[in-house]
Amino acid sequence: MILQGKAWKFGDDINTDLIIPARYLNTSDPSELAGHCMEDADPEFPRKVQPGDIIVAGKNFGSGSSREHAPLAIKAAGVSCVIAGSYARIFYRNAFNIGLPIFEAPEAAERIQSGDLLRVDVDKGIITNLSRREEYRATPIPPFMQEIISAGGLIDYVKKQKKQYQRTVP
Amino acid sequence: MGMTITEKILAAAAGKKAVRPGELVNAKVDLVLGNDITAPMAIQEFEKIGVAEVFDRDRVVLVPDHFVPNKDIKSAEQAKIVREFARRQKLTHYFEVGRMGIEHCLLPEEGLVGPGDVVVGADSHTCTYGALGAFSTGVGSTDLAAAMALGEIWLKVPASLKFVYSGELPPWVGGKDLILYTIGDIGVDGAAYRAMEFTGPAIAKLSMDGRFTMANMAVEAGAKNGIVPPDEITREYVQGRAKRSYQFYAGDPDAEYAKVYEYDVSEMEPAVAFPHLPENVRPVSAAGHVKIDQVVIGSCTNGRLEDLRLAAGVLAGKKVHPDVRLIVIPGTQKIYLQALQEGLIKIFIEAGAVVSTPTCGPCLGGYMGVLAAGERCLATTNRNFVGRMGHRESEVYLSNPAVAAASAIAGCIVGPKEVL
Repeated sequence: MILQGKAWKFGDDINTDLIIPARYLNTSDPSELAGHCMEDADPEFPRKVQPGDIIVAGKNFGSGSSREHAPLAIKAAGVSCVIAGSYARIFYRNAFNIGLPIFEAPEAAERIQSGDLLRVDVDKGIITNLSRREEYRATPIPPFMQEIISAGGLIDYVKKQKKQYQRTVP
Repeated sequence: MGMTITEKILAAAAGKKAVRPGELVNAKVDLVLGNDITAPMAIQEFEKIGVAEVFDRDRVVLVPDHFVPNKDIKSAEQAKIVREFARRQKLTHYFEVGRMGIEHCLLPEEGLVGPGDVVVGADSHTCTYGALGAFSTGVGSTDLAAAMALGEIWLKVPASLKFVYSGELPPWVGGKDLILYTIGDIGVDGAAYRAMEFTGPAIAKLSMDGRFTMANMAVEAGAKNGIVPPDEITREYVQGRAKRSYQFYAGDPDAEYAKVYEYDVSEMEPAVAFPHLPENVRPVSAAGHVKIDQVVIGSCTNGRLEDLRLAAGVLAGKKVHPDVRLIVIPGTQKIYLQALQEGLIKIFIEAGAVVSTPTCGPCLGGYMGVLAAGERCLATTNRNFVGRMGHRESEVYLSNPAVAAASAIAGCIVGPKEVL
């Protein structure tokens, strides 16, 4: 799969309160969440983001709360993938579980600037910066996470394994 | 090769003799937890799996606590989804308004989590229960859904960091200060994907409430879990309280740590974390008398009885500064009642504070104390991110309850010594 879009650059430690402020967590509706995505980091973002655009950030992206509303809001805003220097662990799991492609790529996170046009080869983990004529490699996705992706997310993965694990209920 | 306490608990839960950091395991969970923010999404995913019932109705705990008593119509709908699911599944441990508390204060109090447990909760502060010598970590709603169905979860065994605290704690310095200084030292991702093991003579003397505060904020350093090896203080807490059998695990003497940090607590003074990260820590004497509009004492970090006693000790016979709103939120109904019986609530109200029913409320900018643009709050909570308690141009500072109480009196950030 190839993704292409314009980069929105953010800094380090973009936490889940910046991705989707808790004041909007009285709903789980993805489109409503998308309307406030990244609002406290950049109030313009929810209005100006275009389908396919790519969020690029520094270290520790998605730190803080466990809210799955964060990757959902990003996905529903039309963002095709996230590229960051590193991720906080709960966000990392959540993104895979809901099917938001994310890439750990410190060099890309450093070099890419807002507005750069990017092309991402999801399977190979290769990020091409068309604006700067540069290429970066993402850290390979761990094999187990790869399995979850191939199954179509955690719920489908669990469905496949269900019979094997299911217990008798008292 | 020896194992750490975290590795031993995970090995047992995975049915293995030994595990190593980095290894993927499928661990049985002793308890899973969701709240009114995360459970509705988990319930929706759970229903897609196609199992009729949760793996064990005694081990799936649902606690509406973030936006209850319902703050608006949408929150009411969310809470209703949780309530109806709990009824449908006949869950033993669903906690309704009036009988509830902030989840991470409530579960230990109710004896629902204990030493040696593996707990996953769809709330990042689920790491709190590590204070009891359990492996406990936060997950998202989809992971919660899978765990509710299977009673198992896949986990990568984390490498452990050991934090050794020695010396005598000075007055007004406690668990909150230790964890804030630690985060200040290692940074907000300093323990990313790792276990934080809290040990040493100062921890051996630290109360359970102080330990809960420390383990609670492990996630603020990016940790997977925080853990305190259980001892007599743990035993005293869980005896007569635990609703299930529990097991004390201890790390091997030759267990391997990715890194060991050592701190002498003797010269510490209360800590304050400045906006907008918990790592921006300064001693209170260097806080520069920052003027504040609001003080919040409560949350899963510092809403326990010991916290309220500390705050009341400072506030007794004094008045909240005219320019400050002081909001006190006991962590659970039991804590609230105990505080009432001890006369703490009287002290708060006479000082000019408002006392709220247990809720996460203002900690995450939900309600019960949301900030306007330009306003500053000193809170005993756990996060001071941009917009955390309200407007994106508001500010949150973090401290222990005694500093919070003293600052409410002074109208600016000061240590207790300045008002007593």
